[in-house]
Amino acid sequence: MLSVENLSVSFVTRMGTNQAVDDISFTVQSGKITAIIGESGSGKSVACYSLLGLIPQPPGRIDGGRALFNGQDLLQLDTDELRKIRGRDIAMVFQDPMTCLNPYMTIGDQLMEPLRYHKKVSRAEARARALELLDEVGIRDPASTIDNYPHQFSGGMRQRVMIAMALINEPQLLIADEPTTALDVTIQAQILALLAALQKKRDIGVLLISHDLAVVADIADQIVVMQQGRIVETGDRDAIFRNAQHPYTQKLLQAIPRGGKPVALPVSEPLVTVRNLCTWFQSDKAPVKAVDDVSFDILRGEVLGLVGESGSGKSTIGRSLLRLVPVTSGTVHFDGIDVTALQARELKRLRRRMQFIFQDPFASLNPRMTVYDTLAEPLLLHDIETRSTVGAHVLRLMDDVGLARAAVRKYPHEFSGGQRQRIAIGRALATRPDFVVADEPVSALDVTIQAQILELMRELGREYGLTMLFISHDLAVVRQLADRIVVLHRGKVVEQANTEDLFARPQQAYTQQLLQSIPGRAVRTL
Amino acid sequence: MWRFIGFRVLQSIPVILVVITVTFFLVRLAPGGPFSAEKAVIPEVKAALEAQYGLNLPMFQQYLAYLGDLAHGDLGPSFKYPGRSVNELIAAGFPVTAELGLYALLVAIGIGGIAGVVASLRPNTAQDYIPMSVAMIGICVPSLLMGPILILVFGIYLEWLPVSGWGDIPGDKILPAITLGSTYAAYIARLSRAGMLEVMSQDYIRTARAKGLPEWQVVVRHALRGGMIPVVAFLGPAFAGLLSGSFVVETIFQIPGLGRFYVQAAFNRDYTMILGATVFLAVLIVVFNLLSDILAAWMNPRLRSQYGGGA
Amino acid sequence: MSAPLITDIAQAEQGTSLWRDAWLRLRRNRLAVLGLAVLCFFVLVALLTPWIAPYGYAQQNLELGATPPSAAHWLGTDIFGRDLLTQIMYGGRVSLAVGFIATAVALVIGVTWGAIAGYAGGKLDAAMMRLVDILYALPFMIFIVLLMVVFGRNMLLLFLAIGAVEWLTMARIMRSQVQSLRQQEFVEAAISLGLSPATIIRRHLVPNALGPIIVYTTLTIPSVMLLEAFLSFLGLGVQPPQTSWGLLISYGAESLEEYPWLLLYPGLALTLTLFSLNFLGDGLRDALDVRGAKD
Repeated sequence: MLSVENLSVSFVTRMGTNQAVDDISFTVQSGKITAIIGESGSGKSVACYSLLGLIPQPPGRIDGGRALFNGQDLLQLDTDELRKIRGRDIAMVFQDPMTCLNPYMTIGDQLMEPLRYHKKVSRAEARARALELLDEVGIRDPASTIDNYPHQFSGGMRQRVMIAMALINEPQLLIADEPTTALDVTIQAQILALLAALQKKRDIGVLLISHDLAVVADIADQIVVMQQGRIVETGDRDAIFRNAQHPYTQKLLQAIPRGGKPVALPVSEPLVTVRNLCTWFQSDKAPVKAVDDVSFDILRGEVLGLVGESGSGKSTIGRSLLRLVPVTSGTVHFDGIDVTALQARELKRLRRRMQFIFQDPFASLNPRMTVYDTLAEPLLLHDIETRSTVGAHVLRLMDDVGLARAAVRKYPHEFSGGQRQRIAIGRALATRPDFVVADEPVSALDVTIQAQILELMRELGREYGLTMLFISHDLAVVRQLADRIVVLHRGKVVEQANTEDLFARPQQAYTQQLLQSIPGRAVRTL
Repeated sequence: MWRFIGFRVLQSIPVILVVITVTFFLVRLAPGGPFSAEKAVIPEVKAALEAQYGLNLPMFQQYLAYLGDLAHGDLGPSFKYPGRSVNELIAAGFPVTAELGLYALLVAIGIGGIAGVVASLRPNTAQDYIPMSVAMIGICVPSLLMGPILILVFGIYLEWLPVSGWGDIPGDKILPAITLGSTYAAYIARLSRAGMLEVMSQDYIRTARAKGLPEWQVVVRHALRGGMIPVVAFLGPAFAGLLSGSFVVETIFQIPGLGRFYVQAAFNRDYTMILGATVFLAVLIVVFNLLSDILAAWMNPRLRSQYGGGA
Repeated sequence: MSAPLITDIAQAEQGTSLWRDAWLRLRRNRLAVLGLAVLCFFVLVALLTPWIAPYGYAQQNLELGATPPSAAHWLGTDIFGRDLLTQIMYGGRVSLAVGFIATAVALVIGVTWGAIAGYAGGKLDAAMMRLVDILYALPFMIFIVLLMVVFGRNMLLLFLAIGAVEWLTMARIMRSQVQSLRQQEFVEAAISLGLSPATIIRRHLVPNALGPIIVYTTLTIPSVMLLEAFLSFLGLGVQPPQTSWGLLISYGAESLEEYPWLLLYPGLALTLTLFSLNFLGDGLRDALDVRGAKD
């Protein structure tokens, strides 16, 4: 139905020409889901957007190729002709449902817009159709919510609205760009299932863009793998998963978290004891109970995984342990010392022994300090080194986290995301702490980089003899590192167990639901 | 929404009280009373005059009396024009100033808004540079310079338009309105360009394009509303600026408006007139700030529903 | 052991800091560079005026009267036969001084106020910002006119009054900067390292808040100068025997039909300065990537 041949797209900027898409060819068949996989910067989105004329030109430029859709070359159409196809024959669903709906219009108006514009139907008719579709995508009570504004819906609901909007003209092809990346795992599973069901029912073609092989594994028929603007491998799903040819595809497959940590549990006494911890935040009305009566232990030398969806309070717990947020009640004992009762001076001494690794490597480094300054700061502060000896120590840290020594005078913006996270890890380990809280340390990174950083953390954890609280929304990632897991839901502990036990025999309904939502089940059964 | 309006109205009351109080005591603290300045007045006459205006009472009592009068909308008598009240003077001058301000506001919103939107549609092209350069001139050539220059060019050299008065000769309202409006047209052009550029880079604009809507519909239906919110929020401060700007413009073009009265009252040390006019203008400005805030909030559905009621 | 490591550091590639990046970007913006050059020239002339002015400030020539520009008087003379160029140079000293000093007043008050409110948070922040809100709603232009009327036209008062208006926005900008920076993870990281609040403010907050403050300062100077010109034009600002550009413009406007140069040249001086500052401010905003500062 859609056949792309030798498409090349480049971006011309003052710094030079950047070949974003380099001579790629692929097809999308009617009634099938075709997935394009690639990491950020691989050109997957640019390729799809250029089909519909949705990349800004300039700086974007289509250098050549054809895109035959029902025998018509999309790349040759002028803007008006292309516009008649957009939203009618080919519709799109975007990544972030929080920003892709117009906040100033009711969802009903936005939903009816493509229908009213392309098919010139009456308002009443369009409204009736919109209500039907909202019902079909699983919006409860559409009649009373159709006149609401987007901010009144949750992320998952907005993505359902986006899907309804894309389908309202019954297009032949649906392009979905990372449709679940911004959503929680359980919601992600629901949206993927919904997409697959709607596609089956309508028998249309779907082009699914994703960075996550595991996500597409469950629903895609065809897989196209892109790297740095080129297609490195194409094939149907089973072939790709069973018998990937290209080394990059193999690397992506290996990066899918599978299986757990092989090491047996060290049996030891607790290093951190959390009892009845409550962290509430003041708001206009009732206090927000971000963490509500939580108790658990972290044993010396173990990695404890803390898992939950957004709003579960997992980050707040991590911050509470290190007194980065004020604790409302309860106690946190670290090596016998009650952290919640410490005065500023004692707390500073303790901070040398407990450190934090943050999620966003772009925000966690001071943009105006060099790597040298960033890494030297804790060493000087805690009198571990003097000004004259600190240089050697900084370079050793650079070696430890796998950064080139020559880059020590550079600033954070000159590094990639993965490299920045290495700097942040170096800073956290500089004082040789006993205990580290790692808050989603890999979720902002590309999958292959994720695997590298996880490997680094595993190695350094052993080398430095660390006890770690590993916080993540992603059970599959936690499974690779954690000895034990605590599952959180809305500020409360739902279940805690050894990692293997939790995966084999989840006790609570919520844990079961989380486990079933982990994408890529199809891969694991292959 | 009603809660928001109620909250903002309540917030304005202390502001207005502060304005009245500060103005009152400032004027009373001024060195030299109204009848001590120029001419030597016989002490008995002075005392009689002061008694007549209540100036012999303790300060605080005068203040309470003034508040009481204000509550009835009475701004008191004029010291300089015996027999005329401040209310009458304001009633004579304000309609002229209001008309001038209205035209200037129309100039500012009309020209500024259109220029800003047009510039934002093709950033970094001639369509952007030309209106924005003109806007920069509007910001850097203040009305006190713009007015005389316009008079020189259109009034004296070209002899197209009259250069003074208000409503006497046809066309004499054009130059003052342009002079007063030009600076704000420039600010609005910059604000609306920035607002539109911000909105046009949002994801939901891409969604609208992906629906196949033509570009003008994307702009009008999806971008304009969000892009204009900063402009609406600026209308309050712009109104305050227009009022004080009218002091200069009315002086340049010899327009018998409130601004000119105010400046004359300042020179004549007509304390009740200054006091009354300040209170009047200040309340007006506070009210307009309130209105533009409410309008800007109402345009944003999230704010509208956050404060309950409304949407 | 440590010797080779030290040379490693010495040999390490020098990184490009954000300041350097910004400077390179600013240098590419021709209008901003031009603005900076013009501004530097004007400031230099203002500083050297007593030595380089072609005539004495009070030197009159009543017989000569108003003459158009000539070789002896490059920009002409006014009705008292005073050299206009000299007048503009001395007026520039006052206008620029008002602009810079009042902005400095606003900068000091606003940055301190905003930083304290932003860092303290909670009730103190709420109280401090509520005061700013109330002051914000006051019609200050009218108050300044009133102040000038009531207390006479006093230069010191003028600086203070104008500074008192402009610090409010400065305080708001600084507070929002500090607030958003405080939530950044690198500040949390600094806290978790055990740094003291003073060190965090000095090393982590101030350097990152500087960009918007610089931009806003550059854009505040022209609006202060405008305010001075506005007051002087109405006769409520600078008083003779002192002069300023605003005052010169108001004299020029009175006799624009007969002696247009008396209006045009002071006007040109003011406009050029405003242009320079605005171009420089816009250039800095782009170079430092500051969003939403007065636009």
